[in-house]
This record gives sequence, C-alpha cells and structure tokens, in this order.
Amino acid sequence: MSFEAWLPLLVVLSSFVTGVLILFVGEEQLRTRSILNLLGAIAKLLLVGVMVWGVFHRYLFETRLPMLPDQDFVLRADAMGMLFVSLSSVLWLLTTIYAIGYLEGSPYRSRFFGFFSLCVTSTMGIALAGDLITFIIFYELLTLSTYPLVVHRGTPEALRAGRVYLTYTITGGALLLVGVVWLYELAGSVEFTERGVLSGVPEIHYPALLAIFAILIAGLGVKTALVPLHGWLPVAMVAPAPVSALLHAVAVVKAGAFGIVRIAYDVYGVEFAARLGVLEPLAWLAGVTIVYGSIRALTQDDLKRRLAYSTVSQVSYIVLGIGILGPLATIGGVVHLVHQGLMKITLFFCAGDLAETLGIHKISEMNGVGRRMPWSMAAFTVAALGMIGIPPIAGFISKWYLGLGAVQAKAYWAVGVLAASTVLNAAYFLPILYRIWFLPAAGEWPKAERDQLETRPTLLVPTLATAFLAFAAGLFAGSRFSPLGWAKLIAAREYLT
Amino acid sequence: MSEVSSASPWMPVLILLPLTAGTLSFLFRRRARRTLLAAALAGIWWSLIGLLADLNDADLLRYPIGGWQAPLGIDLRADGLSFMMLAMTATVGSFISLYALGYFADDHSAGTRFWPLWWFLWGALNAVFLSADLFNLYVTLELLSLSAVGLVTLTGDRESLAAGLRYLLAALAGSMAYLMGLALLYGAYGTLSLEGLAGLIRPEPANALAASLMTVGLLLKTALCPLHFWLPPAHGSALPPVSALLSALVIKASFYMLLRLWFEVFPAGLTDVFTQGIGTLGTIAIFAGAWLAFHQEKLKMLIAWSTVTQVGYLFLTFPLAAASPSTALTALSGGVYLAISHAVAKAAVFLAAGAMLKVTHEDRIDRLQGVGRHLPISLFAFATAGVSLMGLPPSGGFVAKWLLLTAALSTGQWWWAVVLVLGGLTSAAYIFRVLRRCFLPPSKHAVFHPVPLVMPLTALFLAGIALALGMSAVFPLRLLERSALLVAGAVASSAVAP
Amino acid sequence: MIACGLIYAVVGVVLFALGFFGLIVHAHPVRKLIAFNIMGSGVFLVLVGLPQRTAGTPPDRVSEALVLTGIVVAVSATAFGLALARRLYDLTGKPRLPNDPRPES
Repeated sequence: MSFEAWLPLLVVLSSFVTGVLILFVGEEQLRTRSILNLLGAIAKLLLVGVMVWGVFHRYLFETRLPMLPDQDFVLRADAMGMLFVSLSSVLWLLTTIYAIGYLEGSPYRSRFFGFFSLCVTSTMGIALAGDLITFIIFYELLTLSTYPLVVHRGTPEALRAGRVYLTYTITGGALLLVGVVWLYELAGSVEFTERGVLSGVPEIHYPALLAIFAILIAGLGVKTALVPLHGWLPVAMVAPAPVSALLHAVAVVKAGAFGIVRIAYDVYGVEFAARLGVLEPLAWLAGVTIVYGSIRALTQDDLKRRLAYSTVSQVSYIVLGIGILGPLATIGGVVHLVHQGLMKITLFFCAGDLAETLGIHKISEMNGVGRRMPWSMAAFTVAALGMIGIPPIAGFISKWYLGLGAVQAKAYWAVGVLAASTVLNAAYFLPILYRIWFLPAAGEWPKAERDQLETRPTLLVPTLATAFLAFAAGLFAGSRFSPLGWAKLIAAREYLT
Repeated sequence: MSEVSSASPWMPVLILLPLTAGTLSFLFRRRARRTLLAAALAGIWWSLIGLLADLNDADLLRYPIGGWQAPLGIDLRADGLSFMMLAMTATVGSFISLYALGYFADDHSAGTRFWPLWWFLWGALNAVFLSADLFNLYVTLELLSLSAVGLVTLTGDRESLAAGLRYLLAALAGSMAYLMGLALLYGAYGTLSLEGLAGLIRPEPANALAASLMTVGLLLKTALCPLHFWLPPAHGSALPPVSALLSALVIKASFYMLLRLWFEVFPAGLTDVFTQGIGTLGTIAIFAGAWLAFHQEKLKMLIAWSTVTQVGYLFLTFPLAAASPSTALTALSGGVYLAISHAVAKAAVFLAAGAMLKVTHEDRIDRLQGVGRHLPISLFAFATAGVSLMGLPPSGGFVAKWLLLTAALSTGQWWWAVVLVLGGLTSAAYIFRVLRRCFLPPSKHAVFHPVPLVMPLTALFLAGIALALGMSAVFPLRLLERSALLVAGAVASSAVAP
Repeated sequence: MIACGLIYAVVGVVLFALGFFGLIVHAHPVRKLIAFNIMGSGVFLVLVGLPQRTAGTPPDRVSEALVLTGIVVAVSATAFGLALARRLYDLTGKPRLPNDPRPES
C-alpha cells in the first residue's frame, strides 16, 4: 500500500499506540509518560498537517482493510473529516499539556493519560470513518474510553456520574446500531459520499427512511446532548477539568454533532433530506435545545454546571445549521464545530485554573478574581464574549452565517432563536465578567509564590493559546485555511450541482 | 478445491495426541509437565495447520480409523465448521494450559489431578468436532462430561462435590435422552452417520420424537434455560481455570451437535413453532440470566450466570437461520461466530477473575476495590473481554451481533432485533457493576497477595484475540462458508418453511 | 406375529420412562444412579430390539456393538457417580445433595 493508503490509519494509530504504551507505563515514570504523550500529540499534528494540505489539493487518502466478507473497514480523509481531525489534534496537544499540569501529584495518572489517548483515538476514527459501520466502531469506543475518565476520581458522585453517562451513551449507541443495520438492509453498503447516497432508494421505502432518520438522530442526539437527551452532560461535571474540556470541546459532544452532520450531508444528502421533510423537525429540535440550555444556564451557580448547560445550547447551533437548508447555514453550522470547541475549551481551562489555584468552584466566589489572575480571566473574557457573539471573536462568525442562512431560507423563526439565545448568552456571561473585573474581592487571595506566574505555566499556556486561537479564528476568518475558509470549501462540495 | 472430499491423517492425530498426553501426565505426575505441555501444544498446532492445508484442497475431509469403514468402524470427518471449533479449542486451551502452570504452581495435589483430566477433556472436544456419526458423538460427549465433572470436583470440598454430582446427574440424564433418540433413529433407518441420515430422514412423528429426545438431551448439556440449573453452581464453584474451560468450551460441544443435528441432518424439522420456541427460551435465558448475574455477590457466580445469558444468544441462531434462504448463512455465521467469540472472551474473563481472586483471597465483588492497582493487566483484560461480551465494537461479539441483527431485520423478525439490542444493554449492566468497583480506592485493611505474571498475561492475550476477532472476521467467516452440508441444510430448512 | 424384538423395544421404552421418573423423584444420589441405570437398560433394549422388530430378521451386529459400548460407558459413569456420592456422604454425613428441598426418603 502507498503512503496515501496508510496515512489515515497512521493518524489513528499515533494516539492509539501512545495510549496503550502509557497504560503499561509505571505510575512513577512521570518523564517517560510525558515524553510519550507529547511525542504522540506532535506526531499526530504533523501527520494531520500533511493530510490537510493533501485534502485541499484533492489527494485521496483512504485506508481500506477487509473486516467482514462484504464489508471493509474504511478510513478516509475528506474536507468535513479534516475539520474535526484538525480541531481535535490541536486541542489534544494543548489539553495534554494542561492535564500534565492539572494532575500533578494525583494518583492513577497512567490510567488517566492512557484512556485520554484512547479517547482521542476514537475521535480521530469518528472523524475519518469512511462509512457508517466504521463510524459506529469508533463511536462506541469513545463511550468506553471516556468512562474511566468520568469516574477517574473514584468518589461516589463520580461513580454516579459514570453510571448516568453509560446509561445514556450505551442506550444511544444501541439505537444507532439498530438504525445503521436497518439502513444497510435498505441501501446495501453505505459509504459517506458528498451529497448523500440514498436518493436512489425507491419511494416505497421512504417511510422506513424517515423512521431510520429518527432512530439515528436519537442515537446521535444523546452524545450531542439534544434536549431531552442531555441529562448526562451536567452530571458528568464531577470529572477533572481536562476531562470536561474533552467531553465538551474535543470529543464527545462533537462526535455526536459530527455524526448528525455525516448522516444529513453524506448519507441522506441535504437535498434528499429536505425532500423527505426531516430537516425542519431537526432544526426545531435544535432551536428548542438552544433556548432551553441557555435558560437552564442562567440559574446555575456552579461554574462548570453553567458552562455545561451553555454547551447544551451551543452545540445545537451546529445542528441548527444542518437543519436549515442552504449553503450559508451549512457554513455557519459546520464552522461552529470548530469555533465552539475553541471557545468552550478556553472556558473550561479557566474553570480548572480557578479550581486548582484558588479553589473556586462557584460563580458567587469569583468576585474580583480578575486582579489576582488577570491573564486567565482575560482568556475567559475573550471566550465568553465570543460565545455571546461579539465581533471579531469566532462566535460572531458562526452566528452571522447562521443568521444569513436563516434569512436566505426564509426561516425567520430561526433568526428569532438566534437573537433570543444571544440575549440569554449575554445574561449568563456578562454578570460573571462583571464580578471578575468590577466587584471587590471578598477577602485576601492566597498569594502566588514570588517570581511566579499567577498559576502553573502548564495550566496558563494552553488557556492563553486556545483563547488566542478563538480570537484569531474570528479575526482572520477571511483566510483560506481558517475554519471559515474550510467550512466554505465543504459547503461548496456539498451543494455544488 | 480440486476435489469434493479427501483423506486427512491429521484428524486422528488431533484426537490421540491429547489422550496420550493425558495418559502420560497421569503416569509421570509432576515430572516433565512443562516438556509434555510444550510437546503436546506443538503437536496440536502443527496438526491444525496440516488440517487447514488439507481443507484448502477439499471441502470435506474424511478418515476411517484403522481402515474400517462405517458402520462397524469409526469415521472421522472435518469441514470448515469443524476446523473453526478445533481452532477455538486449541486457542483457548493453549492459554488455559499456560495459565494452569502458574495457577497450580503452589497447589500440587489439585494440579496433579488437573492435567490428566484436562488432556482427556481436550481429546474429547476434538473428537466431538471430528465425529461423523451420532453414536460416536454420544461416546465422545460422554467422555467430555465425565472429565468435566472430574474437573469440577478437583478441590474435593463439599460445595464442589455437590455441584459436580448435580452436574453429573444432569449430564447423564441428557445423555440417556440423546441415546434414546439415537436408538429410535437407528431402528428406523439402520444408519447413524450424519450424511447417511441427512439423505433419508423425513419429517414424520416418529422422527420428531427422536429429534426431540436428542434435542432435550443436548439442551440440558448446553444449559439452555430452563435446563440450566446445574451450570451456575458447577461453573461458579470450580477452580478458575476449570470454570474457564467449562464455560468457554464444554457447552459449545453440545451446541455444535445441535447445529449439526438440525441444520445438517434434519432441516425439514425446523418448523416455525420449534425455532420461535427455542428462540423464546433463549430470550428468557438472556434476561433472567442477566438479572441473576447482576444480583450475585460472588464474582465467579456472576460470570457463570453470564454464561447462561450467552447460551441464550446462541439459540437465536435457530429462528434467524431458518427464516429465509438468503440470510441462512448470515445467521448461521453469526451464531457460530458468537460461540467462538464467547469462548475466547469468557475464558479471558474467568482467567482474569481467577487472578483477582488469588490476589484478594476472597470471591466477593465488593472486595475488588483497588484491585486495579495491583493487577492492572488483569483488570484491563477483564474490561476488554467484557466489551466482547456486551457485543460492543470492536470485538468478535460485535461482529456476531451485527450478523444476527442483519439477519433479524432483513427477515422482518424485528422482535429478535429488540432482544439482541436490549440483551446487550443488560450485559453492560452486570459487567460495569464489576468494573466500577475497581475504580474505588482500595480499603485500608485490604491485603493483596502476589500472583505469577503468566496469569494476567494469558488473560490479556485472550482478551486481545477477542478484539482481533472483531477487526478481521473475513478469514474465519470465509472458512465457515466451507461447511457445505450445513449451509445447504440451513438454506433448505428455510425453503420449506411456510 | 409380533416379533420379540418389538416387545423388547416396547419394554425398553417403559423402562426408560420409569427410570426417568425415578431420576427426577428420588433425592438419594444412589437411587438416582440406579434410576439412571434403569434408563440405560431401557435404551439398550430399544437399541437391540427395534432393528429386529419384524420376525425373522437376523440379529444386527452393529446394534450389538453399540449396546456393548453403551454399557461400558454407563458402567464407568455409574462408578464415578458412586465415588462422588460416597465422598459427599463422608463430608456431609447426609445421603443427599445439599439444598435439596425434598423431605428425606
């Protein structure tokens, strides 16, 4: 096989091998583990870089291995997958650095980093899967590899969160499996193809296709945290901060949203899906989730819980973009996959910084913290303003294109949802910013050691990096290799007829 | 495939080699145990490779022992299915043997009794998978049961003796039912060879009676609910390496015979009532077994009840394979693949559990707290093999479930699809009940004892194989297609079904 | 005229049923083993009798070989079962399986 045929597999293996090796590294061998971690992350980043360049120039990277007699295991790099792969591999590197600092001195780190890498492996597999069965393999693997991370602390709340998480995700996985097997029955082998593969199915099967779409969305909606399937996400907040970052920005909710993108665009095909009439209910579901998540976020005092409900709301922007027919909304939804990741990971990093450095978990304890930790809080401010949609931060770009798309498709209710959500975003983020910068601190903060930064550099550097990326993604959105440029490329390939 | 059938001398070797090893290990007791093991394993694998090479040239291999032809002589026979089962036995058997070397390192009396019985068991298994007639199957199955009971009672304590005696009585009752059915068939047709009967047998009441007697006998030995009562005490009270081979291999022998009996010899008897009924029993086993597994206090009992549920899945093969000619092969492949994956995964789980129990010296799930710190490899093996038992990808269990689900949905039998999917969720419940325990920090007074490294490692390798079965199922499934008579029978069974 | 082969076979079926009944009903392991042997004898009668059900058929060598093998298997299984029952009796002092709900016979 040539290099083109090996590259997708290498991208997946780079974190898999790292993960398995780390699982067997002794608990005390800190240096070996860190070196393995960073080597794996950097190797993956390089491989992904090559692949991004290649996909842009329309090279075909495809790994195809026989799995069942009439079914291959397919990994393929396409424009859509690359968006997700790039996001995850950049954030993997940053989160790994962050986690090394965050977990300094705590027990079971080999287990943590091992499963962390396996989790990223699954994400890569999900992004590169060339058909639904390969997708399912990695989707379930993601469930299994995140469970040890959710229950990592071994406390009763962590175990409870783990049980809730598993109940939701394994049930979702089972639904997905049923939908996929049924779809294979109707359509034969289903490979992801731009503009879909189902338009040739005879009309008599349309009711079945409708039912399958509902089952698939229900299965994927669990990880996407679509209302009413979102219950696990706020509960999973007991996990360590890097895990929350992973669940909310890099892997889990993104895997669900990405799966919905694949189903709508590359299996059903967006025009066929519109003809079936499944897009509009999907958009409504997303609208309800957006508003509901924002309203629930308003009343949370626990910082991570507020961020969790904010995720429930923000991830559905992606789904909304799919539900509204037309290239502009597609661009808005797809680009939000990246933008939301960058902004939300920054917020969770900041929450972790606060908890680790000052022991702050609640919003009511954040008064005046901006003077003690100016850099982290500046990052927090950038990400929060981005979430609200203030230009030129990344979130504005997503909302702008979603709004334009809604107008273009004459879905004015969606514009209303966007406006309401923006008001709500402001209502739950601005008070935090006010507390941080303008209220006096309740007492003395524990002092930082002399000649030291406000917190450990391993925590601060990734936080600033992601905040910068969120800012740059908005500011340089016009560039060809920005997330927006890439999303435009995808939309062109999906709609070009 | 130059010819339809040819002779392969590897078949008698595969039977005689373990029997000889058993006799030698009885005679020489402790001396040369490792040498004997190495030689026998090498011989078995070498013969398997030889058999596989022969299968490349012909779809069906035969060997008349001593040149005597049936009916007075003993005919051996092998096709793709036989080879798969032999290979399954050899894979699981090899790892269990290595594990046993470590497990019995400090227990000489039980170890001395283990080896001869285990070799005889292995020989009996190979003989079952190579037998060409119903009577020979009876004799080998009886040898299998007797050595299995012997292994259960290895420790000689009250609990295992009682479990062993109960197991023996159940096995004997099953054998007698089977033998009665066989006697009726012989009286009617004057032959007992699988192929001879397949051509002659007609669906009429006398044959139905014979088939039911044989089926009940075999179901008793496979422990399909409600005939499973003997299994949990026997598998739960035996020593871990023994439980592993009982759950992984022994029950598969009678399942294999049921497949041969119905799909090859008597496909016309696979009526809807029968197949749906046996599927219903399987469903009850799946859910009742999972419920009971979930509520066990002891780890090995939990795993034993899990075997009851997995046996239930095996029997979904019947309604799915007999429903439509186009999916007969898919469903049959799914069933056999499930049997094989379960063998590998369940052996891994029992071996891992054995290491954990040896470390904590107590067979209680709530004592597993913190065991992961001392036995990370065993815990990882347990979890990995658990993935296959839950039917989650990537694992052999998932491939099997995929095939069975495909068959269920494409024959419109959506109720079996529901059973398959819900069943997977219930197995996740009891497996994670064990795993979550291991994430808790160890309690202060817990004492952990060391175990030989070979014990966690063998479990890990078996778990790895369970995963590998999910990633490359092409070769085994293609081999299964080379069981022409069985596949033809399955297709025929669905063609006659109304 | 009914051949005696058929009579054997019918008697065999009756013995089989009786033996099965005994195996289920009795709690004492030795009684269970005896019941098993009665079942076995029943099967052997069927095995020999049924092929010679019409008068004048020559004796079937194959079925005789089968019965011979069957007897060997049954004898060894019985011996093994007796040994187990004996050992269990030594350990528990009761001639029955533990957890058997039936009253002592």
